[in-house]
Formats: sequence, structure tokens, C-alpha cells
Amino acid sequence: MSPVTVVVGSSVGGVRTAQALRAAGYDGDVVLVGEETVAPYDKPPLSKGLLAGTSTTADITLLTEQAAREAGIELLLGRAASGLDVAGRRVELDDGERLAYDDVVLATGARARPSPWGALPGVHVLRSLADATALADDLRQGGPLVVIGAGFIGAEVAATARGMGVADVTLVDPAPVPLSRALDVEVAGILARLHAENGVHTRFGVGVEGIERVAGGLLVRLADETVLPAATVVVGIGAVPNDDWLRDSGLRLDDGVVCDAYSRAAEHVYAVGDVARLPHPRRGGLVRAEHWTNAVEQARTVARTIALPESPLAHVPVDYVWSDQYDRTIQLTGRTGGTLAHVLVPGPDPDRAFAALYADADGTFAGAVTVGWPRALVTCRKAAGQDTGTSLEEIRQALSAPRPGVRKEAAR
Amino acid sequence: MAIVKADLELCQGYANCVVAADDVFDLDDDGVVVLLRAEVPESDVDRVTDAARSCPVSALLVETP
Repeated sequence: MSPVTVVVGSSVGGVRTAQALRAAGYDGDVVLVGEETVAPYDKPPLSKGLLAGTSTTADITLLTEQAAREAGIELLLGRAASGLDVAGRRVELDDGERLAYDDVVLATGARARPSPWGALPGVHVLRSLADATALADDLRQGGPLVVIGAGFIGAEVAATARGMGVADVTLVDPAPVPLSRALDVEVAGILARLHAENGVHTRFGVGVEGIERVAGGLLVRLADETVLPAATVVVGIGAVPNDDWLRDSGLRLDDGVVCDAYSRAAEHVYAVGDVARLPHPRRGGLVRAEHWTNAVEQARTVARTIALPESPLAHVPVDYVWSDQYDRTIQLTGRTGGTLAHVLVPGPDPDRAFAALYADADGTFAGAVTVGWPRALVTCRKAAGQDTGTSLEEIRQALSAPRPGVRKEAAR
Repeated sequence: MAIVKADLELCQGYANCVVAADDVFDLDDDGVVVLLRAEVPESDVDRVTDAARSCPVSALLVETP
């Protein structure tokens, strides 16, 4: 009998784990279980190109049936896992089938936090392809659009809607600035102005009281008694991990599946991606990283560990996230915002590009946000990933120095 | 030897490749990928392939003969 690995969850973490098992030389059976019936797809484009209509479902497909066959991955789509028997090594599906495994990978991701103001027609969340398709249909009817929540998803939806020609877009957040969990007030203020410059009305620092349906549309009531008429509302207020199905498994759940440094929740049970909570050596404590790059990297390490169990690979959560808003790429690495001290470094085109560098009290570089300046991000991300501290001043000088590196002319 | 290919139109400067293999990939001032080497020896193929697979927009390819 050849061994069997069951991967539960068919978004990027699950698909990449299945593929990486083969790349690592795993010769057992690989079964990939996905709740949705559509072919596995990539999620970052859902708030960008897919929503705008500039990329298609085919463009964002992660694994076609043919590619799965060729890689020896058995795809079970439209099948939701409902339980896990850790001692008996079985995954229970909601149609009653039980899948035996030698190793199992939990990659069920996260879902959009539902609207606390009711699920009225015209009120959307954005997490799945179906969500994106439904939202795109509504946005093509025009505005007004009210986006509640100025995190990554909300900010990207507002930017994409403007690009689609939606005239009347309002971005609302109870925090005084966008991306308030990740950025300080000064840097976030620059991004707030980016929205305003692109014609988005911003209502920061005011909460939402309720949403109601009236003849001809929706009304969003704010805490300051403003009423915003809307044809479409998007609620982008975070995500919650899909760990409910593991409630009776005996695994430790704490806003995600708690794992050790090897992404192990129990013997032969691993978790990957948004659903996994694991120790972060540089932050201290357990972290649930909700980022694409982290999921991809963790998929690789878990697959190697399953294929070569005698030399397990630890996973250090990857602190890197990007966001595309208007014509800018915003990139964050390491620890940013909060009470950390920061300096701003102008980019090659100071009107369009800058880096904000953050440091701990002793001047040690902690992390950065770069706007329109990917080269600076590389320097910052390498430094943020090192265990030995680099000083903020060192990074600032490296970014400010004339770059002897690759010139544009040489690249083309 | 394996051949490394980059689609400069697709590249968005997300920089995962550079962090994973900075002896093969770099970014130019506009944040577009630059191949420092077009060929990698057999001993580097797994590592560079992992770097290519880390591209969020699949702009990189490592072709083994």
C-alpha cells in the first residue's frame, strides 16, 4: 500500500502543498479536497484584475483537471470536510465518506467576516470567485458604491471600482486612517490622500450604524448621522479562519489551528496558510499570517516534511504582503505601524514612490512599507527576514545611496 | 543546464523571486524583474525553480531540457 496524503482545501495553500509533494519526490497518493465546484483559483486577483474584468477565470486558475491528472493529484471538488478523526487518521466529508490518510494537511483558509449589518441584496463581501463575480455584476451597473472597511480588501475594491468607471465611491472606516492595523497615522494619511486624489470620498474615523434597504437602493447610516445612499455596499472587515469543522477533532483551536514550528497540529496533521497559527520567532507568540507568500512558502516546507519526514523543515511565517491600489504597488514587510518610530525615505520619483522604515526603540530596523518602489522593498524584506538586527540607519543609507545595481537600460 | 525565462509584461515587482534567489533575479528601478543569469546549472535548478514558483503572477519559468 502506498501512503496517502489528504490535503483539505483547494486554494493556493492546498494546491501548492499537493504540487510541492510531487516536486519533493513524494510517491504516495495525493488527494486534494475542495469545497467549491470550480477549478482551484488564486485569490489576490479577485479584488483587482478579476473584479475589473481585465483577467478571466481561466487566467486565475491554479490547477486544471488536466494538470492535476498529469501531476498525479486526485481532485475531489465540491466536497466539504466536516470532521477529522486524528487517532483513526480519517477525514470525514459532509456526504458521509471517510478518507483514510497517512498524513493530512489542513488548508481550509479563512472566510470573509460577515456583515454585522445584515445580508441585504446589494451588500457584498469579497473572498470567493462567486463573491467577485456577483460584485463585478453590480459594479458594472454603476454607483454609488460604499465600501465599509479600509483594509487591503476595501482599499483595493475602492481603487478597482474607480478604474471600472464607478463615479461615486465612498470608503468608510471607524479608524482615523486606512490600514490602521498595519500603519501609523502619518504613512496611512499619505494612502488616504491617494484615495482622495483618485476621486474616492473618504469617511475615516466614523463608524457604521446600520444598512437598510429602501425603494431604489440602500442607505448606509453612519455614527455621525450621515446617511450615504448606495446601489452597492462592500463590507471588508477582515476574515475568520475556517476551523469550525475541526471543533470535535481534539486539535487545539485558537482563532486558527495551533501548530508547532514545523506546522504540525498533531502527529501526521499539518496546517498551511490562513487557517494555521504558529510560533513566530521574531514576534514572539503565535501568529496567523493571512498572506499569499506565507501560504506558498509554508506549503513548500510542509510538503518537504511529509516527503522527507526524517528531516522536517521549520516554517518561519513570512511577513510580506502587497496591495495594488490605483497605479501603485504598496508592499509591507516585517513589523510596521503601531508605536514603532519611523522615517520616510523618498524614492527615485519622490512624488510617486517612497519607503517608510520602522524601528524598535533601540534603532533596530523592524519593517517597512514601500509605495511604488519594489527595489526598496527587496532591501527591506531581506533585512526584516534576518535574525541579526540591522539598524534603521543602515537601511536608510542603502536606500538613499545611488544604486550601482541593475540599470533600466540593461534590463530591456 | 536549465533556462530561466521571465515575462517582463506580467511582472509586477512583487519581488518574491529576488528574495528567494538573488543570484538569478533582481529588479530594475521600475520594479521589473531582471535576469542576472539566463542559465542555471543542475545543482541550482531546484532552488531557482522554487524561486520561480513563488511568483504571484507566474511571470517566471525554469525550463529543463
